[in-house]
Amino acid sequence: MVIKSMHDSLRIPGSQEDSVAAAKIATILDRHARDGTRLVQILREVQDAEGWLSPATLSAIAEGIGWPRAQVESTANFYSFFHTRPLGEYRILFSDNITDRMLGNQDLMRSLCQKLWLEPGHMSEDGLVSVDATSCTGMCDQGPALLANYRTITRLTPERIDEMAHLIRRRVPVGDWPSDWFHVEDNIRRRDALLDHGLAPGEALAAALDRGPAGLLGEIERSALRGRGGAGFGSDIKWRSCRDAWGDAHYVICNADEGEPGTFKDRVLLSSYFDMVVDGMCIAGFAIGASKGFIYLRGEYRYLLDRLETRLAQRREAGLLGRNILGRGFSFDIEIHLGAGAYICGEESALIESLEGKPGKPRIRPPFPVTHGYLAQPTTVNNVETLALAALIAVKGGEWFRGIGTAYSTGTKLLSVSGDVARPGIYEFPFGVTVAEVLEAAGAPDTQAVTTAGAAGSCLSADEFGRHIAFEDVPTGGSIMVFDRSRDMFEVARNFAHFFAHESCGFCTPCRVGTAVNARLLDKLANDHGSPYDLDEMEKMHRLMQGASHCGLGNTATIALRDMLAKFRPAFDRRLHSPDYEPGFDLDAALSQARQMTGRDDPGAHLTDNLSAHAGETPSEAQP
Amino acid sequence: MNNSFLLDGEDVPFIPGQTVMQAAAAAGKYIPHLCWHPDFTAHGSCKLCTVKIGGRFATACTTRAAAGQEVDNRTEELTAKRRTLLQLLFVEGNHFCPSCEKSGNCVLQATAYEMGMLSPHFDHFYPDRAVDASHPDVLLDFNRCIMCELCVRASREVDGKDVFALSGRGAKSHLIVNSETGRLADTDFAVTDRAAEVCPVGVILKKRVGFAVPIGQRDYDEKPISEKAVGKVADGVKEAG
Repeated sequence: MVIKSMHDSLRIPGSQEDSVAAAKIATILDRHARDGTRLVQILREVQDAEGWLSPATLSAIAEGIGWPRAQVESTANFYSFFHTRPLGEYRILFSDNITDRMLGNQDLMRSLCQKLWLEPGHMSEDGLVSVDATSCTGMCDQGPALLANYRTITRLTPERIDEMAHLIRRRVPVGDWPSDWFHVEDNIRRRDALLDHGLAPGEALAAALDRGPAGLLGEIERSALRGRGGAGFGSDIKWRSCRDAWGDAHYVICNADEGEPGTFKDRVLLSSYFDMVVDGMCIAGFAIGASKGFIYLRGEYRYLLDRLETRLAQRREAGLLGRNILGRGFSFDIEIHLGAGAYICGEESALIESLEGKPGKPRIRPPFPVTHGYLAQPTTVNNVETLALAALIAVKGGEWFRGIGTAYSTGTKLLSVSGDVARPGIYEFPFGVTVAEVLEAAGAPDTQAVTTAGAAGSCLSADEFGRHIAFEDVPTGGSIMVFDRSRDMFEVARNFAHFFAHESCGFCTPCRVGTAVNARLLDKLANDHGSPYDLDEMEKMHRLMQGASHCGLGNTATIALRDMLAKFRPAFDRRLHSPDYEPGFDLDAALSQARQMTGRDDPGAHLTDNLSAHAGETPSEAQP
Repeated sequence: MNNSFLLDGEDVPFIPGQTVMQAAAAAGKYIPHLCWHPDFTAHGSCKLCTVKIGGRFATACTTRAAAGQEVDNRTEELTAKRRTLLQLLFVEGNHFCPSCEKSGNCVLQATAYEMGMLSPHFDHFYPDRAVDASHPDVLLDFNRCIMCELCVRASREVDGKDVFALSGRGAKSHLIVNSETGRLADTDFAVTDRAAEVCPVGVILKKRVGFAVPIGQRDYDEKPISEKAVGKVADGVKEAG
């Protein structure tokens, strides 16, 4: 608030600076036809132009789109990548997935903060830069990673951090930083039916048009294709329900909000198999009777945006998108919307809310998106991988696809493998592969635990590695994180708990407060105040949140934690300070601020319990 | 089949299209709730009305009543869950009942008594939430907000003003008002708005009337909420129907 008022006082109302800003905002609003459903895109572009979203800016946007100002502010404050206070010319966000932590991101972040003389989360005194952590950026196979002004930088090293600090201090624009920092590898380690498809752009689409909508839906049904986002809903049922639903318009949405910690397969599909994805979207549009589609691209993958837009334009010119595709009378076009840092937008109804310019809070269901989706019209929301597979099926047929995988889980699955493995990257395996086979392929001889659906699914211990990856045994959206025997599973649990507390949308009580309680309980253990009572409390939160939560986030947020409590109990027991109840409040720690202010750390500045522990220590040694 | 379902073993009639909550309220049956109100669109966020329908958890305020449904409501399992939800709400905000002028008229407090909540159980979050006394007729004490969005809905659906919105995400969720300064005085809010009446807790407080009704003679001092709310709500639903 102080910063804001200081900043505002620098601006003279009606000044030239103000009118330039107003003109910029007006241009952006006009480009989006002053349409409120485009608010997330408008906010991003205005923030790019203005540096941050000031109270006056939000008012101007609200006026421009004709929405109540409070609703604009509500959207702006929901997304992590929007800031309603200034955070500097440089915004550095370290990816904080557990895999980034295992690769040393915390030391790197501390080091950068020290070099720039700032505290995480706060802007530097000179208003130049801020450094903070963000949820997994999808670069777990080439971490530690960060976002510099929302551009992805991979493979961080202490040397890169040194140089980055110099570049920032010398005010070198992020676009002029060493180009190899921004390089993102595909890291495809195993190819199967999809990654070895051998099809030309548009080939699958032509095959689908040949089959006609009914024939195409028949093939999808025969293939028994199930959604690849993790829930495994039958794609043919989804498409048919959507096709049959009445509406003014039908919509196809490609869910590219790949936010599950540890997953990055959609990144690779979008980078190197984009034509298959677009073919799949066109095919879905053809099947359900839609002429418009959206790609909801997660904000973390902003570096892909221009490239994907260019490719869409090329396809339009080649007759593979837009009006009268392939001269066959079918018209379908695609628009890309960029997210802004919210895991919950991977949930389909939250994604649709976001597409409509609102905070990404899941809707009450039913009605489901297939009947009441985008703008309350019939909408099918499919995962990137599902759409690419639909393209494959359009060419090769349902029977062929059904011959791959298991009876209940047909086809292949892309696995994003990261963590303690020799060869992190993308592995395409037929469903039914065992966890052990995946570990063998990735080079993981000394594995303690594997999380099989990111932070939101099971955590398997070594005696379960014979289990099969399939909807009927170990379901997965594709995030496989591997932890060797040197890893502390308590820290994994704690990282996940903080992730969910950060990403809960806040709509329902059990998830909003429950995730925060869990994060606090794990911190209590980490701070050496834990007791068995706290572990029981986590079980209690698990029982409450499962069932009582509004959506999948709350319902799955405690699964990995409960698994870890059951299977890796010693990692938690080690943290217990007392076998009985132990309060979270620490009287002696409460004095630490007073000690810091007075520069005292002698025994007299501590409570009696700690006297003996601190006796004889020099002040510097006694610092926490 | 009759248009009725079983609520804790008792027959409850419904009109097609009604939710379990609407039908129960019309029949004078109490299903605990905070964010539901008969006059506004169901929200389904507080989760206090979580019931078990055919063995599965569902919110009564968003689930359509269906003939032959078996709905568990006042069971030991559900009461325990509701108590925990209430405790979570109590520690999330700053709820100091003895000093709150809404005490005795507060739905959160009354529901907590009804569910047998004896302590907040969890460690308090002690959030830092400023009070807004800018408006001449109404005080906003955000410390007690439970994010039910009743004021948001009342202002939008009845007053046509959109004075309130929920902002932020997760545990940082908070109520905001529709002005650049963030002050209620700078909105078009009026003490006669429906939104001024609807807060179930002590966020939206009319000035100068705080203790006109002494503690001890207030709504839920007379009767527990299960008896009080049902009478009120049943009247409302009947009128609306």
